[in-house]
Amino acid sequence: MAETLRELLSEEELLGFFEQMVLCREFEESCAEQYSKGHITGFLHLYTGQEAVAVGCTAGLQEKDYILSAYRDHAQAIVRGADPKKVMAELFGKATGLCKGKGGSMHLFAPELNFMGGYAIVGGQFPIATGLAWGSQLLEEDRVTACLFGDGSMNQGTFHESLNWARLWDLPVLFICENNFYGIGTEVHRASAQAALHRRTCGYDIPSEKVDGMDVIAMYQATKRAAEWVRERQRPYFIEAVTYRFRGHSMSDPAKYRSPSETDVWKTRDPIPNLSRRLLEEGIATKEQLEEITKRCLARVEESVRFAEESPWPEDAAVWEDIYV
Amino acid sequence: MAQLNMVQAINQALSLEMARDDRVLLLGEDVGRDGGVFRVTEGLWERFGSERVIDTPLCEAGIMGAAIGMAAYGLRPVPEIQFLGFTYSAFEQLFAHAARLRSRSRGRYSCPMVVRTPYGGGIKAPELHEESTEALFCQVPGLKVVVPSGPYVAKGLLLAALRDPDPVLFLEPTRLYRLLREEVPEGEYLVELGRARVARGGNSVTVVAWGSMLERVLKSVEGYDAEVLDLLTLNPFDSEAIVKSVQKTGRLVIVHEAAKTCGFGAEIAATVAEEAILHLRAPILRVTAPDVPVPLAKLIDHYLPGAEQIRNALDEVLQY
Repeated sequence: MAETLRELLSEEELLGFFEQMVLCREFEESCAEQYSKGHITGFLHLYTGQEAVAVGCTAGLQEKDYILSAYRDHAQAIVRGADPKKVMAELFGKATGLCKGKGGSMHLFAPELNFMGGYAIVGGQFPIATGLAWGSQLLEEDRVTACLFGDGSMNQGTFHESLNWARLWDLPVLFICENNFYGIGTEVHRASAQAALHRRTCGYDIPSEKVDGMDVIAMYQATKRAAEWVRERQRPYFIEAVTYRFRGHSMSDPAKYRSPSETDVWKTRDPIPNLSRRLLEEGIATKEQLEEITKRCLARVEESVRFAEESPWPEDAAVWEDIYV
Repeated sequence: MAQLNMVQAINQALSLEMARDDRVLLLGEDVGRDGGVFRVTEGLWERFGSERVIDTPLCEAGIMGAAIGMAAYGLRPVPEIQFLGFTYSAFEQLFAHAARLRSRSRGRYSCPMVVRTPYGGGIKAPELHEESTEALFCQVPGLKVVVPSGPYVAKGLLLAALRDPDPVLFLEPTRLYRLLREEVPEGEYLVELGRARVARGGNSVTVVAWGSMLERVLKSVEGYDAEVLDLLTLNPFDSEAIVKSVQKTGRLVIVHEAAKTCGFGAEIAATVAEEAILHLRAPILRVTAPDVPVPLAKLIDHYLPGAEQIRNALDEVLQY
């Protein structure tokens, strides 16, 4: 029997989830526009469709917990508390960016928020997360490290090396797979011998579960439960969040490898309208309230674009900064 | 003759060799159905099938290692790594095994594979997607490192690499993929590995460059009596051609987009110092990127060697 939302969370929390998901969605859509205008260059991987994962999992963690992500990382950084203005400026390559405009879309980093980076090398974050968890355990700091990654990265050696180590030494890592079914254009079943990804942890004796990554409440509950389990027992755990990206792998990917009908089916499971429907049905919010929130998000995104546009480029000399002390 | 860009020229070389030699096969992430990140292998999966154009899981070390096994078995694998920065996780397989298989088996096995990867800066992407760390790969004996500078040489060099009995790292300058078109013969022709090409004759200074820097150097030397050598193969490199040119001009400027420290320019400078120091009328100068990771956006213009820096170096050696 499904619980009502009110029984699970406060009104404020629920509307907060809605607002964060809308903010991320609008931010990403705005990025697409800025990319087509040439303001954002290089490679741009949008999170559109996957918002429930970042929002739900971040809410299920404590602020002191670490989060690491792959290169589709804007939403994780923003939900963690990075100012959208600074994130947009980073994507533009401006001096006011989150990382001084030198790293761009794939390399967001905000240690002050315990956001320990987006990683452009697929699977690069696994061993680093393991090492961070080692540190927190050794120094007896009560902290869980949440390592987010895509389905494709589970075929990298670092995945196996890190899961083995995390269980061998029992480290507080929460592995969260964002399974959006495609590593660029290759479907999970064409790349993974075991397509039920959560089952791949048995070899490392790490408990795992599959969660509806299109449902922010489910994502929140699962992460909260798992994070507390990891915290208490100081042992790794694995969540497979089943989700979908509505856009291509990157802006240069027309996503011809999947049919429009497949995408249409997934769009009926869009996490944002699904939450708003429930909020309305249960009388937690009115239509006007939700529209107000959406407007507020749009205004924040517009403000972030304006900020990025008006910000200065880094000085040439900045190229020499932050290499050695 | 058809005017082709480098993507088309490389695609044609692969297609020709796959038709000629059924041991040649391609493998990599999305090289098949999707045609590769830069669409270099487009149409080959349809033509040659999924057994010869293989979409692999996302695992660079696995791709590289599987290619070694295939090569040892007598096939001619052509692994594609999506960006040079992604080869780092496959470094062990390439460095410790591919390059050394001939030596380790005391000549009984060779490792005829061609690792193709886009490389270099200027596409407004950040680090790991704009790397030019070619010198790292020149340090290991047994691996050949080839860098084309345009469509014509790309096709001829790739065909030569595909027929070479040893492993070749084939670095495709990303900035050039669709930048220039050249006349490219439809049929097969080879551009010999290990030989530099005189891209422009001259008498008063030798400029050595490769990859995407060649185009920039040729534009920058207008008005100078400069001889420009397009190195084409970095390992083994054509030291003879460089020494011969320096003996004539007495001056040497090396231009590369990699960082300066331990860049390949250092190897060239050392070789010229060993073999032709008494012919030099000025110090050898290197025009390179700074010793920092590749930055994003506008800073890349400051990072990559530009015309002004190249001309400054030419003026310096000419007025020395």
